[in-house]
Amino acid sequence: MAKTLDITADCCPMTFVKVKLALAKMKSGEELDVTLNEGEPLNNVPRTVTEQGDQVLSIRQEGKAHHVLIRKA
Amino acid sequence: MEPKEKLSIVCFSGDFDRAVAVFTLATGAAATNREVTIFFTFWGLNIIKKRGGHRWTGRGILARFFNFLMGGRNNLPLGRLNFGGLSPKLMTGMMKSKNVATLEDLFEAAKELGVHFVACEMAMHILELSREDLIDQVTEVIGVSTFLDRSKDAKILFI
Repeated sequence: MAKTLDITADCCPMTFVKVKLALAKMKSGEELDVTLNEGEPLNNVPRTVTEQGDQVLSIRQEGKAHHVLIRKA
Repeated sequence: MEPKEKLSIVCFSGDFDRAVAVFTLATGAAATNREVTIFFTFWGLNIIKKRGGHRWTGRGILARFFNFLMGGRNNLPLGRLNFGGLSPKLMTGMMKSKNVATLEDLFEAAKELGVHFVACEMAMHILELSREDLIDQVTEVIGVSTFLDRSKDAKILFI
């Protein structure tokens, strides 16, 4: 079961700060389901996560929000 | 993986609004996989004093007086329209109500993200502050040549 993190109420830079800190506390292979808004968070989070070696498994839209599923490397 | 990009911020100002800028950039950069160092000098040292309010920190009488007047992280003044310290409190309230991270949130996030805090030896000497007067997060007290050497392949910002 993936852990969840909702950053739809947050603003820059706490959006990606929260993702980074949540991933740092997880073990390799664990999954994190991040709910975020389009724009800066949607553009930034998948890119940053990929850069640091973690894997973006899927991005899907649900209403206004988007879900990014990440597996920690 | 490629070597990490580096960002070095010279935090010269002790103004509330500039401190927010410093910590927004620092946490944003650290969270996007950059190695971040903040070099606190002159009024910037107020942000990293252990005692956050108007307290008699320092050695000599003049230094203690100066440090008392300037205070610390809990009472940083707004760069403009400070209104005796009312404005930073109003601003913090506005930030909270709009779900924007407050200075304290950003400060804690910077610590958690492993941002390097270093302090300027010369400014500490003038203000007669010692290592014990600064928060534990400060890893080193260094001079300008060490800072520049560490920042050789970094972008440097002066705030």
